[in-house]
Amino acid sequence: MLLGFVGESAVTLAGWIAHPARMRWRPVLYNIRSAGFDALPIVGLLSFLLGIVVAYQGADQLRQYGANIYVADLVGLSMLREFAPLITAIIVAGRSGSAYAAPIGTMSVTEEIDAMRTIGIAPMDLLVLPKVIGLVVVLPLLTVFADVLGVFGGMIMARAELGVSFGEFLDRFVTAVSISSYLVGLGKAPFFATIIAIVGCFQGFRTKGGADAVGRHTTRSVVQSIFLVIVADALFSVAFSALDL
Amino acid sequence: MEAHVAPADIVIKLVKVSTRFGSHIVHSDLDLEVRRGEIFALVGGSGSGKSTLLREMILLHRPDSGSIQVLGADLLTLGDDEALALRQRWGVMFQHGGLFGSLTVKENIGLPLREHTDLTDDFIDDLATWKLSMAGLPAEVGAQYPADLSGGMMKRASLARALALDPDLLFLDEPTAGLDPASADGVDELIRTLRDLFGLTIVMITHDLDLLWQVTDRVAVLADGHVQGVGSMNDLSRSDMPAIRQFFDGPRGRAAEQQKNALAITHNATRESSSKQK
Repeated sequence: MLLGFVGESAVTLAGWIAHPARMRWRPVLYNIRSAGFDALPIVGLLSFLLGIVVAYQGADQLRQYGANIYVADLVGLSMLREFAPLITAIIVAGRSGSAYAAPIGTMSVTEEIDAMRTIGIAPMDLLVLPKVIGLVVVLPLLTVFADVLGVFGGMIMARAELGVSFGEFLDRFVTAVSISSYLVGLGKAPFFATIIAIVGCFQGFRTKGGADAVGRHTTRSVVQSIFLVIVADALFSVAFSALDL
Repeated sequence: MEAHVAPADIVIKLVKVSTRFGSHIVHSDLDLEVRRGEIFALVGGSGSGKSTLLREMILLHRPDSGSIQVLGADLLTLGDDEALALRQRWGVMFQHGGLFGSLTVKENIGLPLREHTDLTDDFIDDLATWKLSMAGLPAEVGAQYPADLSGGMMKRASLARALALDPDLLFLDEPTAGLDPASADGVDELIRTLRDLFGLTIVMITHDLDLLWQVTDRVAVLADGHVQGVGSMNDLSRSDMPAIRQFFDGPRGRAAEQQKNALAITHNATRESSSKQK
């Protein structure tokens, strides 16, 4: 079922690429704002806090070995490769996944989707692809934002707990963290974005019955998209270790 | 059983349509014809598959086998572009309105025009207001959102949207369900006026016996996956098939029949008296 939905989205996307004039830009831009710009504060705050936590947990161990400066390696690699993309995807799955499933579900229940089809507007065109495209654009950007604030949180904790100044931290950071680590983290974001948008829309379209079904499918969309994001992340880790990245 | 009708006058033709949901058989080898310019109703108990049949006629559901022709096009072999063109030739009024909650009533009515025509926004607004008045709603309603409308106004607004592209064919899903008697009478009147003025062919699903007696030309009774009988309400009321009798023999069925007869008598009486005056 989900695979069929993915296939249908892909066919519609191919149609858009073949006929760019058919693209609906307004909903794409709207989604970039609502899923991206509006999520900046919460994504920023949570990744900042996560940076603090990572540095704090590492501080004790590093201090025992007198390896204070390696806090930059710890924070940099873990945030850029793993935590920033993951926490961003999980926050967006909670925020936007539900915001996709609930309105589409309501529209299914109130026959708006049927009405849309009979008017000759493909629901895929108007409701699904703009969300997928918007999120694929915006999630990597949010991840970069999370990278910056997460590392900043780690820097503050490193100075407070380990006496590593900002200058020392950044000097070490540049040598410790390769560009490929940064890209490995960032590259996961578009995949997470696709998972979140497709699962949210899919659950919305599957809604049948009444108001209770809308709630049930909204919950399911969030649970499934977080589940699939973490599974995908694990698969990426396995793949990267096999590829030695 | 029925008089032969020229093929050109058949707007919808279903041949041996079968539909299943899992192991549940909804229709088996069902045949049906709707003629140009008539008001046609599908009736049947809950679960008799009338909604599914309507959905199949408007390209929202595919039957498992059989053929469906609407306005001369075969729905099962239709390409995307032809389907789009065909959809613009019919209007659908959904049971719950199906109006888009994020748009005002006027924007809802104008949406098909904005999607499929190159008309200017001002002209589309004017047209929308006109369609609104055709459906019997004042122009002020146009600025409201669907959530602010009463049930009757919602149905009328939905009808106005169905009429936006001047369709040849109109599908109505339960046009009077959930309405108070006065609004329901208004809808009866409206449906008849639309057919008389614009020569629309109207297909509807309804449980409303008053609507059936007073408005429809022909009615098809659905049960057990088949059409049990097709004909005018008068013909059907004389049928002795159990599935059809069930429909007429309840107290509601008889009351509606009597009311229809009473109305016909007063109607004839006024016509006679007015012709005498001439």
